[in-house]
Formats: sequence, structure tokens, C-alpha cells
Amino acid sequence: MHKTLIAAACAAVLAGCAGTGPSGSASDAAVRAKAVETMKTSFKERGIAKLDRLDQDETQSVCSQYSTAAPPKEVAERIEKANMALVKPPSDGKYLGDWKRGEQIAQRGTGFQYSDTRETPVGGNCYACHELSKAEISYGTIGPSLHNFAKIRGYGPDIQKYAWGKVYNAHAYTACSFMPRFGAQGILSEQQLKDVVALLMDPESPVNK
Amino acid sequence: MRIRAWYAGAIALAAGMVAATAAVGQDAASTAQEIEKYRQALQDGNPAELWEARGEGLWKKPAGPKNASLEKCDLGLGPGVVKGAYAQLPRYFADVDRVMDLETRLAHCRVTLHGLTPAQATARPFGSPDNRSDNDALVAWVTSESKGATMNVPSAHAKEKEAFALGEKIFYFRGGPYDFSCATCHAADNTRIRLQDLPNLTKQAGAQLAYTTWPAYRVSQGELRTFQWRLNDCFRQQRFPELGFASDASIALTAFLARNANGAEFKAPTIKR
Ligand code: HEC
Ligand code: HEC
Repeated sequence: MHKTLIAAACAAVLAGCAGTGPSGSASDAAVRAKAVETMKTSFKERGIAKLDRLDQDETQSVCSQYSTAAPPKEVAERIEKANMALVKPPSDGKYLGDWKRGEQIAQRGTGFQYSDTRETPVGGNCYACHELSKAEISYGTIGPSLHNFAKIRGYGPDIQKYAWGKVYNAHAYTACSFMPRFGAQGILSEQQLKDVVALLMDPESPVNK
Repeated sequence: MRIRAWYAGAIALAAGMVAATAAVGQDAASTAQEIEKYRQALQDGNPAELWEARGEGLWKKPAGPKNASLEKCDLGLGPGVVKGAYAQLPRYFADVDRVMDLETRLAHCRVTLHGLTPAQATARPFGSPDNRSDNDALVAWVTSESKGATMNVPSAHAKEKEAFALGEKIFYFRGGPYDFSCATCHAADNTRIRLQDLPNLTKQAGAQLAYTTWPAYRVSQGELRTFQWRLNDCFRQQRFPELGFASDASIALTAFLARNANGAEFKAPTIKR
């Protein structure tokens, strides 16, 4: 089943697949299919982490092919379009929640690990990868610094909408981003998304100080 | 005896270091300094030696239904040859017609020599202070016998090539609710998560640095942790289900990372944060 899915993904973007040399070849797809098969027999469900976590959606399976390189343009455009379609605006049209709660969500790293339960509070763990407020010096560098995010880009509705969309589904703007799709994958609730967007956008937020 | 004395000291130091690492306002540089201080304080001893000594005992002592020792176990360089064996694993074993890593081979020998069932031989892959693991001890001892050896994981056999290729795909496999793969955290230079430096495992230097320094005595846990433990804990952070111990995916991923470390001097068991 997965073999066909990957083959289909490759066929749909044939130009891209062929263009990436060995990483797009038929034999490469076969190795990838075998790897998926091997993983399915090697992992065991544990707690909340069931085996269906190994079922890739199209974005995951296509992005796995490009390892560390960015996908070719046509592929990137297709992934961005498909992911943009998954971005749901807030139900009341308001993007900004409470930046103080947003800061807590940005600090929290728990959620969705097999060592967590369904009751474990889920965080966004933004600090794992980003600098945000200057007061927190324990931040990671996988993503760019977000300090002064709105101060630099502006506080207006367009930027609010971008911040919402980016946190909701990073691949809508950057295909194969390393950033989780917090809204589209159901990691954060609508309220939590608003709270972290407020952390980025509120003039009173330490991010913009 | 000597071990006793510095072990007590190590625990005191460890406690201090963990507190220092956790302290708010601690930056990466001074965390590294603390670890360096700690390493120096333990220059002529690492608590990992406790595991190594126990592992050597387990290797040599007749045990199991067959009341035999593991001394005839073939780790790839011939029956009973331990010196340097780990630096050439995972590898193809003709007697089972498959590629095995150290853990899988040890479990195999505990079945064939001790007479354990496969389930018994893999029952306790990772220890905790109140429930020790024989695997941890055996791995500590076998790896210590490769200290100073040059990593030289073979790739001549078709199945060795296949394991490497599968391991590479597993490394880049994105999935789960967070879309993570190993590459999310280990495919760029000079990145970190919070303050923990992340090795770039897609480059030889990064793979060498990481692979040759496990197993390690983990100061923050007071435990010896194996490379398999490291993989398991990263998959947990990746939001994946649990990687089966001695499973094919585990062997393949280990083969990929181990071979990328070829050419480097093996240095473990070491001591880490
Ligand atoms: C695992 C790493 C990771 C985590 C966790 C993460 N991000 Fe990101 N983020 C990235 C990377 C990498 C980029 C750059 C690539 C891109 O734009 O997608 C990025 C980009 C962004 C951008 C775009 C910056 C710009 O200048 O346009 C925003 C905004 C952002 N992240 C916000 C967040 C917030 C808020 C959270 C937490 C809820 C978060 N990120 C969690 C990795 C991460
Ligand atoms: C979400 C982030 C994340 C993912 C995904 C991840 N790791 Fe890690 N990894 C880490 C962190 C953080 C450390 C450092 C831990 C420490 O210093 O205590 C680490 C450490 C390691 C180390 C030890 C490095 C050393 O020099 O001691 C290895 C090896 C490793 N990871 C391999 C992997 C592999 C293989 C995968 C995929 C199966 C993986 N990691 C996935 C975050 C991650």
C-alpha cells in the first residue's frame, strides 16, 4: 500500500524525482518502501504512541525523499498549496489570545511522547528551536530567532494572519519545513494557537521588547 | 575499593553538576565548563567501570539452563575474541545469514550458549538503579575492549550494504504528529535544542563524535546508557512508538550511524551530562 503511495507521489512530481538523481530513482523508492516495511515490524506501540504514527501522509512521505535538501520548485509549490488548504482561520476571526499563556505554551516541551499520557499538558516547545523573549537564554537554534518578530514585521492584520498560518501549518509557506504543523496536526488547540500568536504579535509581549 | 571511593565522589559531583546545569541563567559555555571539570575530576576513573566489571563477570561465568559461559560467543572476529570486536559491528554473520549489531549478537549467544529463550535474552534491555540490566553490563564490557580501536564497520556483504541503505532511509523518515525524523535534529551544523548541542549525524565528523562516545555513564541519571538507549530516547522525543530492542530497524539504523563513524578512534565508555 505504501509502495504505491510513494510511487504515486513520485509519479505526480516526476520532473522533481528525476531531477534529484539517486534520491528520486525507482530503486531508491524500493529501498524506502522496504525501510517503511522494516519499521512497521520493528516498532511496538507504547502508551499513547500507536503504530499508526508510522503511516505517513503525503507531505511526510514526499519530504522524507529530499532529506536535507529543499525539494525542487514544482514539488515545493504543490506541498505548500496542499498545506495552505489545511489552514483553518480562528472561528471568531480573532488571531490574538493572551501572550502570557502563550509564553507558558512556548516553554512547555511535553505532549505526544510515549512517556506522556492523554492528560499530560501539551506544549508548543517553541524555545526548543527558537529564541523568543530575551529573558529566556535557554533556547535552541534549529529555527531562526523570533525576537522582535512583530516589531520588525509590523503589528497589522496581514502579519497576524501570517503568524497564525505559519504556526498552524509551517509547510503552507515553506515546504518540508522542520517545524511541526501545530494546527493542522492537532497538536495545539485553537485557544493555544491564539495564545502563541499573541506571544509573537502583542506589542506588550516580551518577544517585541 | 578504589572504585568505591571515587564513586561516592562522583555522585556528589554529579549532583552538583546537574543542579548547575538546571540553574536558570546557566549558559551553554558554562554548562560545557562544568562537564569538563567533571571529566577532569574523574580522570582516573569513570563509574562506567562498575558496569564493565560486572559485564566481564557475566561473560565469563557459566550460566543459564546449559550452564555455559559466553566465552565461545563469536562477535565477528572469531569465538571468544572480544578485543576490537565492537569497532567492526554491526556486521554480517554467516551462521545466522543476517546482519547483527552487538546487542542482537549478545542475545543470540545467550540463547545458543546459555540456553535462554529469545524472550528471556532480550527481556531487560535497559537498566534502572533498582533493576539492573545484564545487557547494559555486557555491552559496557565488550565496548570497553574496543577502546582505542579504529572504527571499521564492514560493507562488503550485500546484506551489510542493504542494512546501511535501510538505516539511511529510516534516518530521514518523517512521521508522527510532529513530522519529525532524525534529520530534524541532526542534519545541520552547530545547532542545539535549548542548550544541548546536536551532532550533525549526516557528516562524518558528527557521526564519529557521537558514535564513538557511547555507551556513556550518564551523570544526570546515575546510569550507564548504551547507544541503543540513546536511539530509543531520541525516538521518544520524535513522538514515535517504541523502537523494538534488537529489531531489524534498530540494527539498520545502527549500521548506518556506525559505518558513518568509520576511521575514528573508539573512545567509549565515556561520561556524559
Ligand atoms: C523542531 C523545531 C521547531 C519548533 C519546535 C518550532 N519551530 Fe518555528 N521554525 C522552525 C524552523 C526550522 C523555521 C524556519 C523554516 C520555516 O520558515 O518553516 C521556523 C520558522 C518559524 C516562523 C517563521 C519566521 C519568519 O521569520 O517568518 C515562525 C513565526 C515560527 N517558526 C514560530 C514558531 C512557534 C510560535 C513555535 C511554537 C508554537 C515554533 N515555531 C516551534 C522550527 C521550529
Ligand atoms: C526532537 C529532537 C530530536 C530528534 C527527532 C532526534 N534527536 Fe537525537 N538528540 C536530541 C538531543 C536534544 C540530544 C542531546 C541530548 C543530550 O545532550 O543529553 C540528542 C542526542 C543524540 C545522540 C548522541 C549525541 C552525542 O554526541 O552524545 C545521538 C547518536 C542521536 N541523538 C541520534 C538520533 C537519531 C538516530 C535519531 C532518530 C532516530 C534522533 N537522534 C532523533 C534530539 C533529537
